[in-house]
Amino acid sequence: MRFAGSETYVTTADLTLAVNAAVTLQRPLLIKGEPGTGKTMLAEEVAASLGLPLFQWHIKSTTKAQQGLYEYDAVSRLRDSQLGEAKVADIGSYIVKGVLWQAFECETPSVVLIDEIDKADIEFPNDLLRELDRMEFFVYETRQNVRARHRPAVFITSNNEKELPDAFLRRCFFHYIKFPDKETMTRIVDVHFPGLKPALLREALEVFFELREIPGLKKKPSTSELLDWLKLLLAEDIPPEALRSKDHKTAIPPMHGALLKNEQDVHLFERLIFMARQNR
Amino acid sequence: MLIDFFLHLKANKLPVSIKEFLALLEGLQKHVIEHSLDDFYRLSRAILVKDETHFDKFDRAFGEYFKGVEALPGMDALIPEEWLRQAVKKHLTDAERAKLEKLGWDKLMETFKQRLAEQKERHSGGSKWIGSGGSSPFGHGGTHPEGIRVGGKSENRSAVKVWEKREYRNLDDSVELGTRNIKIALRRLRRFARQGAAEELDLEGTIAGTARNAGWLDLQLRPERHNAVKVLLFLDIGGSMDDHVRVCEELFSACHSEFKHLEYYYFHNCVYEYLWQDNRRRHSERIDTHDVLHKYGNDYKLIFVGDAAMSPYELLQPWGSVEYNNAEPGATWLRRLTGTWPHAIWLNPESEHAWQYRQSTSLIHNLMGGRMFPLTLDGLARGMRLLSK
Repeated sequence: MRFAGSETYVTTADLTLAVNAAVTLQRPLLIKGEPGTGKTMLAEEVAASLGLPLFQWHIKSTTKAQQGLYEYDAVSRLRDSQLGEAKVADIGSYIVKGVLWQAFECETPSVVLIDEIDKADIEFPNDLLRELDRMEFFVYETRQNVRARHRPAVFITSNNEKELPDAFLRRCFFHYIKFPDKETMTRIVDVHFPGLKPALLREALEVFFELREIPGLKKKPSTSELLDWLKLLLAEDIPPEALRSKDHKTAIPPMHGALLKNEQDVHLFERLIFMARQNR
Repeated sequence: MLIDFFLHLKANKLPVSIKEFLALLEGLQKHVIEHSLDDFYRLSRAILVKDETHFDKFDRAFGEYFKGVEALPGMDALIPEEWLRQAVKKHLTDAERAKLEKLGWDKLMETFKQRLAEQKERHSGGSKWIGSGGSSPFGHGGTHPEGIRVGGKSENRSAVKVWEKREYRNLDDSVELGTRNIKIALRRLRRFARQGAAEELDLEGTIAGTARNAGWLDLQLRPERHNAVKVLLFLDIGGSMDDHVRVCEELFSACHSEFKHLEYYYFHNCVYEYLWQDNRRRHSERIDTHDVLHKYGNDYKLIFVGDAAMSPYELLQPWGSVEYNNAEPGATWLRRLTGTWPHAIWLNPESEHAWQYRQSTSLIHNLMGGRMFPLTLDGLARGMRLLSK
């Protein structure tokens, strides 16, 4: 089983190697990087290209580690007991399986995505140490030990909002998705818009990278914003010449709202353009 | 050899552990990578380094350790491509490998040149000549542990370039701050990150819910209320701080979105009896520092941002300020402020090494009880840790 990118996902050599190392050595892979560089997509693409089922677990600030294993629905059991239902006697019927349990039970090897682990409480990763290390856990209510049939390939994404504990990091492999350079970006765009006119693509990329260079932007446009913007340019059928007027510093690129998502950034950008015009 | 590499990383203050090192060896054993330095670099980085802030440190340490192994200018050209074509790979057992003569670097180079002069034809699979697949220290695809790689297929850019470019330099946490990394450090101030988002029983909701449910129990839970941190920010502006104004503004703009209770004041060099909130109108709209002292309770956390570079007279003498006549010395005001808000730190954009050479900086350092931190991600993290105690 080797992953080597796919038709819809462009990888760098670093990333492929990190993925393959993690899959071969059966360790979780922690992915960090700027928003919009395809962290979440990675797990989906790996699962698709290796032909494995994907189990996704999206983390929120209130998510508990336990919920990924199983939940004991005590409230409905209490309710059922008051209604006098028969199934109350069997505690097992109130155990709801979590994402990790489902993956552990899976007949084939599988891929697990733990998305945005940094959103959760600081203790969350610590609570999963044994589960990710040994790939097994104990269900207290039914006194049953759940062990993975096949160790799933685990992908964990983080946006760096909180630091992850050392003990957790030591068990993972790590990859930082760097912002793609122009060549990689051209390949990425190629994959998403196969028929794009080279002239338009070149101009668009130039405008895009120039925009990223502006100092002081709150949210620099990233890959996903570029793809959205190209979609708009194509839909509106904007010719390449429109992107680059004679002196590009003084023209606002069309549809720039797709690239700059922050009002202050748009403001800053327009002010810079305005200043450039005055200095002419 | 790899144990030395591991210790070299450790000596370069990279937080590597034995568990990770064993994982790296396991990876090599299971042939996750071919015998190329590029791949080894990638693999060891993925396994040993867990934080992009350490990438730069790792790149430097790796480059230092493997210096010369890859960069042999001119050597490629000397050897006919034919010799190096991938050929039969001779697999050695561990015992054989151990028996392989380990040559020192100088001797290795010497022998290499010597062999180069002697060698006349293509060679493959042996143990002395340059070629491919063998166990001679020269050539590529071989198994000699201290070998030199000559030519060979490198599917990507030259390996050395990757770590010598130091692309991750600006992710290192001991360099100055940008808006992105400052937010991470400031988030630590938010207390609930430590307390967690626990859920508690909503008693009133439960009673109402149960009543609506015709008497059957209906439990209601609600997330615990988060406690907002209150911050007073004092920014030094003008004069010697002009270099640092940009950094300060980034800090400030990051702060603004982090706290509900954030008050900011400007001062110049040192705090005296007046502060101001709008730098453009600093002379017309001054605020009495006494008023500020009385306005905010002692649960506010006080953060100074300034380079603490001034004449010592500004701190120690009345009438010492460069701007106007102050009746009391700056030190008195600083003591008053830290007395009112005991949770106080001073962030200094100047490099930490330079502090001891400035009289005023060490004075303020003492006045703050040593709670002065550099304006880097690391310094900020230390400061925030102290503040949240």
